[in-house]
Amino acid sequence: MYGDTLHRNSRGFDARLIIQYLALVIIGWITIYSTCYTPDGANPIFDFSQAYGKQLMWIGTSFLIATVILLIDSKIIQHYAYYFYVFCLLLMVLVLFVGTEISGAKAWIKIGSFSIQPTEFMKVATALALAKFFNEGKTSSERRYKWLIALGLIGVPVVVVMLQHDAGSALVFASFVILFYREGLSAELLLVGLIAAFLAVFTLVLNETYAVALLTAVFIFFMVKNRTQKKKIRRNIIVYVISILFCFSVNMIYENVFEPHQKERIDTIFGKTSDPKGADFNLNQSKIAIGSGGMFGKGYLKGTQTKLKFVPEQSTDFIFCAIGEEWGFMGTLVVFGLFIMLIVRILSLAEKQRAPFTRYYGYGIAGIIIVHFFINIGMTIGLVPIIGIPLPFISYGGSSLWSFTTMLFIFIKMNDN
Amino acid sequence: MQERKRYYIVLVALGLLVLVYMIRLFSLQVLNKTYKDKAEKNALRYITEHPARGLIYDRNDSLLVYNDAAYDLMVVPNELRRFDTAELCRVLDITKEVVEKRIEKAIKHSKILPSLFEQQISKEDYGYLQEKMYEFPGFFVQNRTLRSYPNPIAAHILGYVSEVNEQDMENDSYYQLGDYIGKSGIEKAYESVLRGVKGKRVVLVDVHNREMGSYDNGSEDVVAVPGTSIWSTLDMKLQRYGEELMQNKRGSIVAIEPKTGEILCLISSPTYDPNLLVGKARPKNYGALLQDPKKPLFNRALMASYPPGSTFKLANGLIALQEHIITPSTVYSCSGGGYHIGSHVVHCHNCGGLNIYTAIQRSCNTYFCRAYYNILSNRKKYKNINEAYTAWLDYMYSMGFAQKYETDLPYELKGSIPSADYFDKKYNHSWNGNTVVSMGIGQGEAAVTPLQMANMLAVIANKGYYIKPHVVRAIGHRDSLMTDYSEKIRSKIDAQHFVTVLQGMKQVVTSGTGRGAQIDGIEVAGKTGTAQNPHGADHSVFALIAPANDPKIVIFCLVENGGFGASVACPIASLMAEMYLNGEVKREDLQKRMKELSFR
Repeated sequence: MYGDTLHRNSRGFDARLIIQYLALVIIGWITIYSTCYTPDGANPIFDFSQAYGKQLMWIGTSFLIATVILLIDSKIIQHYAYYFYVFCLLLMVLVLFVGTEISGAKAWIKIGSFSIQPTEFMKVATALALAKFFNEGKTSSERRYKWLIALGLIGVPVVVVMLQHDAGSALVFASFVILFYREGLSAELLLVGLIAAFLAVFTLVLNETYAVALLTAVFIFFMVKNRTQKKKIRRNIIVYVISILFCFSVNMIYENVFEPHQKERIDTIFGKTSDPKGADFNLNQSKIAIGSGGMFGKGYLKGTQTKLKFVPEQSTDFIFCAIGEEWGFMGTLVVFGLFIMLIVRILSLAEKQRAPFTRYYGYGIAGIIIVHFFINIGMTIGLVPIIGIPLPFISYGGSSLWSFTTMLFIFIKMNDN
Repeated sequence: MQERKRYYIVLVALGLLVLVYMIRLFSLQVLNKTYKDKAEKNALRYITEHPARGLIYDRNDSLLVYNDAAYDLMVVPNELRRFDTAELCRVLDITKEVVEKRIEKAIKHSKILPSLFEQQISKEDYGYLQEKMYEFPGFFVQNRTLRSYPNPIAAHILGYVSEVNEQDMENDSYYQLGDYIGKSGIEKAYESVLRGVKGKRVVLVDVHNREMGSYDNGSEDVVAVPGTSIWSTLDMKLQRYGEELMQNKRGSIVAIEPKTGEILCLISSPTYDPNLLVGKARPKNYGALLQDPKKPLFNRALMASYPPGSTFKLANGLIALQEHIITPSTVYSCSGGGYHIGSHVVHCHNCGGLNIYTAIQRSCNTYFCRAYYNILSNRKKYKNINEAYTAWLDYMYSMGFAQKYETDLPYELKGSIPSADYFDKKYNHSWNGNTVVSMGIGQGEAAVTPLQMANMLAVIANKGYYIKPHVVRAIGHRDSLMTDYSEKIRSKIDAQHFVTVLQGMKQVVTSGTGRGAQIDGIEVAGKTGTAQNPHGADHSVFALIAPANDPKIVIFCLVENGGFGASVACPIASLMAEMYLNGEVKREDLQKRMKELSFR
């Protein structure tokens, strides 16, 4: 019945995006089923005590949400963007007081036997609010402080997320830098950011002494080069001092702000520890699972590493391990293909919009999906530290699926207009 | 246009990221082959299924050996993670140092294969550990079986099993560290039958070391095949009775069913409870048995060599008859205190004129010395002493002396009767019948085992042949009789001579030295012996065949330091025959007296 509705209304909706979405959701459910599958037991599909049974409910309700979004007037969405933003923010603040802690992050509201993570919806709300702001903020002061206000719209939820001890989700908000870049943020500023990131990593991998040595070398190089230009010499000195302060503060934040388990994860990724049974156990097991898949995988339901729980969180954050193990390199290629097609489709549709609101929004959510995708998969194969964020559309979890469905179908709806 | 350019820059950056990720994934999944191995080591555990060892029954279906459940705690060093050492120490009642030492030893054996950590833990500890297993990653419990003996008898014949050593594993790749192997007795001789075939289970274990079902629907599992049961030739009742009679004495009783060569009982005293060599206490008990000055582990029936004593006269009589040195009517006279060789006298009791019957009946030394001397001095037939002696030795050999039977009895002693060359050398070619005449009456250089003597009795009972003595009659089913040991081995002596000797043996019991062997309603043939013992009191010896006209059992009994054959060995052998043939013993006073006798 639902399919009929979809078909009738989808003339104007982008069929490719919907098909890609469905493919990812189905792959997700099939993989979740596999991670819960017990070889010796019965595995009824409608067992709602199992993750795959619950995920069926999440998928069903997601389809409902998608239908509602496609049916309502897109002007309403645009109109209520700020209200939605404030509502989500209030929910997140509420979590600080009444939330439930799951694996170190106090980011969940428990309703009955289900937990909701408002942060997931905050991402959609922020994308909508930014789009609305870029679209409508035309007063002179709004123009002058455009970037500052935009940064503020991101910064407020980030602060709350940090207060929830959910550093992973906070990182996701950095994804709006792609939107900013597209909308004219100066490339130099971005370069400064990249250099800062490089310095931070350099400091963490080696230590601040090496960083200072490197900076001093670069500083001396520029001082010699610009020795005749007084203005540039002054600028060089300022940059040098700020850089050194930056390095020390990175180290200070690492030492004092991060929790021990987060430090361990960072150490692991930078190869500072090598204890396969201790800190990098998870990463090691994750690599074993994916690596043992080989070219064509072990076959559906035949993965041992994920099923036997050698890989942690194998239906949520580490679900990519199950795909890598059971479907091999071919399976990971398919998942990559689907995601890249989805992302590129969103970006290209965003470029074609006559209404800039949809373009802003498209870049916003494309960034979110990109960051989720590369961080989630990167952590399973040891390219980025282990940061607990889900793989969009695929990972088990109601909040995540609902929010990504909402995110995508708002875009599909907007695109239709 | 500026924006359009940035759109492409975003796409290119995205493409670069994808490229980096794909390279990483390709190297992880396709180029690097080590992860497959690591995954298997993670999740698969190969569990050896140890089959139950075959049971051992006696000839009447009474159980002699069965299996008890036992549990071994195994360790896989590579799977070890931090665990509560104190808790493990508490459960197993060991110290922390022991735990460390054992783990070290296991690592030395193999990091990835299971090693034995603690063997044969009790059922209670097993139950407790099974529940707490997840707290001890790297450990798991393996089911084993232990030998158990409902009656503490026949330890020497049944033998024992123990853990394999390096040598065993080298000889047969079937064995792995921690496996059991039969080390002596039937357990050793029939190891390949009793052990069965080990099975294998490949199971999935999760990250907490819990078994999560079989791997690939059990396609790689191999079902263990239980060991095959064995029916021994032993008569449990007779064996037990013999051990009781021999308590507090040193010596041996061997009983054979002459028609089949089946050993009905094989007693070596002092003996031990076979249950002592089972389980955790085995090393300690084994050490104690080894140290015991009474040597309970020593199997006298197969490994002790004794001077045969007067029972040897039977064999010499047979040879003299066969060689036509004597006939049943030949009379030798015994007077002057014995058999004189120059100034040396082999003492006797001035028996007067004797034929072969009365000579056996009275165990006359003079008669058999003369007969033996005449065999060796038969220059009509043999050129010299060397040839004559060698011919005599051949007869002895044909009756089963001076050889191992190499059936299913491990560790037999060959016994020894010196060769002619030995005497040539010893006496510088100047020797004659009188030089070695003491062998005519079972003294001197000849050394035999109780088993060989019993076998000689079987030859007499069968009137000319024997079947190699053995202890197992059927494998797999009580009626599927073995045919390995069914060949009749003929002696070089004609049947009629056995009739003669047997007649003499009957007279021993009716009116001679062995009257104590008489049993109501059964005609018994026998021969006493008193084996001279240079180290102390003489050994008491008795040879018995019953019923004399249709022999169902031959018994050789030797009691060390027991004195005259008639006083100890004779009644014991007689009681044994009564027990076997009648199923019960009526002479309770005699039985009580014999049990209480002590020659320690």
